[in-house]
Amino acid sequence: MIRYLNILLVIFIFFPIKAIALIEVDITRGNLNPLPIAVSPLATDNKSNEDLEKIFKKKNIGSEIASVVENNLKTSGLFNPLNKDAFLQKPDIAHLKPRFEDWALIKAQALITGKVTYENEKLRVEFRLWDVLAGKEMMALAFTTVPANWRRIGHIITDKVYERLTGEKGYFDTRIIYVAEEGPKTKRIKKLAIMDQDGFNTKYLTLGNELVLTPRFNPTNQMVTYLSYFRNLPRVYLLDIETGVQEVVGDFPGMTFAPRFSPDGKKIIMSFAIDGNSDIYTMDLENRIVERITNHPSIDTSPSFSPDGKYICFNSDRSGYQQIYVMKNDGSKVKRISFGKGLYGTPVWSPRGDLIAFTKLHKGKFYIGVMRKDGSGERLLTENYYQEAPSWSPNGRVLIFYRETKTDSEGKGFSAKLWSIDLTGYNERLVKTESDASDPSWSSLLSN
Amino acid sequence: MIKNVIISSGIHFIIIFIAALSLPFLAKKPIDLPPIISVELIQIAEKTNIPFAPKARKIIEKIKKKEKEKITSEQAPPKKVKKEKPDSVPLPDEKIDKVKKIEKKKQNPEKLDEEIKQVSEFEKKELFDPNTIAALIDKSKEEIAETTKKTSKVTQSQDKNANSYGLTLNEEDALKAQIFGCWSIPLGLPYNENLLVRIKLQLKPDGTVIKTEILDHARMNKPGQGFYKVLAESALRAIKLCQPLRVPTKGYERWKDLQLNFDAREMLEG
Repeated sequence: MIRYLNILLVIFIFFPIKAIALIEVDITRGNLNPLPIAVSPLATDNKSNEDLEKIFKKKNIGSEIASVVENNLKTSGLFNPLNKDAFLQKPDIAHLKPRFEDWALIKAQALITGKVTYENEKLRVEFRLWDVLAGKEMMALAFTTVPANWRRIGHIITDKVYERLTGEKGYFDTRIIYVAEEGPKTKRIKKLAIMDQDGFNTKYLTLGNELVLTPRFNPTNQMVTYLSYFRNLPRVYLLDIETGVQEVVGDFPGMTFAPRFSPDGKKIIMSFAIDGNSDIYTMDLENRIVERITNHPSIDTSPSFSPDGKYICFNSDRSGYQQIYVMKNDGSKVKRISFGKGLYGTPVWSPRGDLIAFTKLHKGKFYIGVMRKDGSGERLLTENYYQEAPSWSPNGRVLIFYRETKTDSEGKGFSAKLWSIDLTGYNERLVKTESDASDPSWSSLLSN
Repeated sequence: MIKNVIISSGIHFIIIFIAALSLPFLAKKPIDLPPIISVELIQIAEKTNIPFAPKARKIIEKIKKKEKEKITSEQAPPKKVKKEKPDSVPLPDEKIDKVKKIEKKKQNPEKLDEEIKQVSEFEKKELFDPNTIAALIDKSKEEIAETTKKTSKVTQSQDKNANSYGLTLNEEDALKAQIFGCWSIPLGLPYNENLLVRIKLQLKPDGTVIKTEILDHARMNKPGQGFYKVLAESALRAIKLCQPLRVPTKGYERWKDLQLNFDAREMLEG
C-alpha cells in the first residue's frame, strides 16, 4: 500500500499537471441608452369597462393608466416606451402569458401588462413586469382604491417598475408645490398651487391677495412653509395642506425669509434680517424655541439641512462675494465649499446626501449645477438667461427649477415656467403647468 | 512495517535530492543568464495595431531600404509579419506566448514536454534574444536585429501553445465592444458599493450561450443588496441581447468556458 503511495508521490513530483485557467473578460463600460420597454394597455373586462366609462367619461381606463405609466417612464429619460402599434399580442392574453418572442421581435427588453376590474365601487388594478429576454416575471402587484385615484395608481406602478429596473426609488407618486403667476410683470398675481409631478390635478392653496414666495414641503407632505407678507413685512408662514390652516412662524421683530424644514420635519430653518444684517435661525415647531445658528455681519441666507440633519449648507457673502458654505447644525465649523468664478446661491442638499444643487451667476448667465458636499466635482447642468431655485426629486436624480424668458422692447414676451433636468444634464424637460410658475418644491413620495 | 516505510521514504528522498542536483547538468547548454531587460509581455493579435517605438521605426525603415530579409523582433509590427508570409509566419501573439514559455523552460530544462522540444535552441534565442531588443534601442547594433526566417515547425508549436492562454487583445476587444453596446447600465446604483457581477458562461462554438451562472448568487437575496440583483439582471440581459457572442473562430477549447466581470462603478462615477 505504502509502496503505491510512494510511487504516486514520485509521479506527482516529476509529472506536474498543466492547469488551464478560466478566461476572464472585464466589462467596465455599458451604454446609458433608455431601456426599450413595452407598456401594454391594461386589460379591462366588458362589465368593468362599462361601469368605469360612466364614472370617468373615458372609454378605456386601462389604456389611460397605461398612458400615465408610459408618460412617466418617458420623462424619466431612462426608458424608451415602444409604440403600441407595433404590439403583436392582445393585452388580456399578454397579461396571462406573454409570447416573449413577439415582444423581443419589437426590441422590448421589459414588458408591463395589467388588468383593471371594478367591483363594489372599488378599482382593482393588477400589473406584472416581465423580463422579455430572460422570459420570466420580475414583479406582480395589485392595488385596490377608489376610482378617483386612478392616476395615482399609474404613478405607483411607475415607481415600482422604476425601482425594480434601476435599483433606486422612483419619484412619480409625488406632488410639486409652486407659485402660480398671472398678469403683467409689473403687476403679478402670485398664488400657491400644488399639482402632481406630471402637471395634472392642480389645486390652488391661496387666493392671490398677498404675494407668496419660496414654498417648501415638509417631509410628511402635510405641511408647507412659505414666505408671504404680514403687515407689509415678509414673514415665514406655515400651512396645513389638508385643513387649509395657516399661521405666521415666530414673532420676529424684522423680516424672515428663505424657510425650509429640517429632515425630521420638527424644525424650520430660515433667515432673519434686522438692521441690514441677516443670519440663520431655527425654530422648533413643538416648543417654538428659536435658536440662532450664524452670527456674522454678512448676509447669510438660503439654509438647507443635510438629509441626516447634522450639517447645514447656506450661502453667504462673508468672503466679499456670494458663495456656498457648509457648517455643523449648531453653527460651528463653517467651511466655504464653492470656489469657482461667479456668484453661488440657493444651495439645496440632495436627499441622497452626496450632492448639493445650486444656482450660479457668471458673466450675466444663470446656471443650475451640482457639486459634492465638500465642494469638489462641480458640474453645471444647464445654462440660461434667468433660472434659479432648484429642488430635488425625492430620489435625488432630478432637479426641478424655474426659468424666466426675456421681455421684448415693448415689455412683452415675459414668461416663467418650470423645468426639470436630471443629473446627466441631458434630460431637460418643460414641466406642464396651468399658468406661469416659479419657485417649485418637490414633495417626498406619497406612498412607500 | 514502520521501518520499511522510513527506509522507503529515505531512499525516495535521496533519489529526489540527487535528481534535483544532477539533472541540470544533463541540459544541453548551461544556463547563461542574460542581463535583465524589463519587457512588458502583451498578447497581440494579427490585426492589433501597436505603434512602433520611435527608434525601432527608424531602424526598420533603414533595413527596409536595404531590401534585406525581413526582420523579426519583439517590437516589429505584427501586420508586416503577416503580409510577408501569411501562411507560415506565426501570429505575433503566439510569438510572445512562446517567449513566456521559454523563459520557464530555461530554468527547468528537465521539465520540457514533447511540444516544447520541437522548438530548437536557435529559435528560442531568436524569439527572446535580449540583444535583439537592445539593437532596437541602440542604433549601433541594428545589424544584430536582423534574424533569419522562421520555420513552419515553430508555427505549429506556437499554435498549440496559444490554445492554453487567454484571449488576445483583439479578441478581447471585439467581445468587449459587443457587450458594451448591449449592456444598459442601471443608473440608480449606489456608487460606494461593490458593483462587480461575475458571470460564468458556457458557450457553443458559434458564440451562443448554453449556460450562465452568477458566481456571487448568494448576494442576490441578501438584505440591503437589492441593487445587486438589478445589476446582475442587467448583465444577464446584456449577454442574452448580444448572443451569439463575438468569439474567436479558432481555439474553442480555450474559450468554451468564459467569465465576464461586469463592473459598473467606472461608468457611474464618471
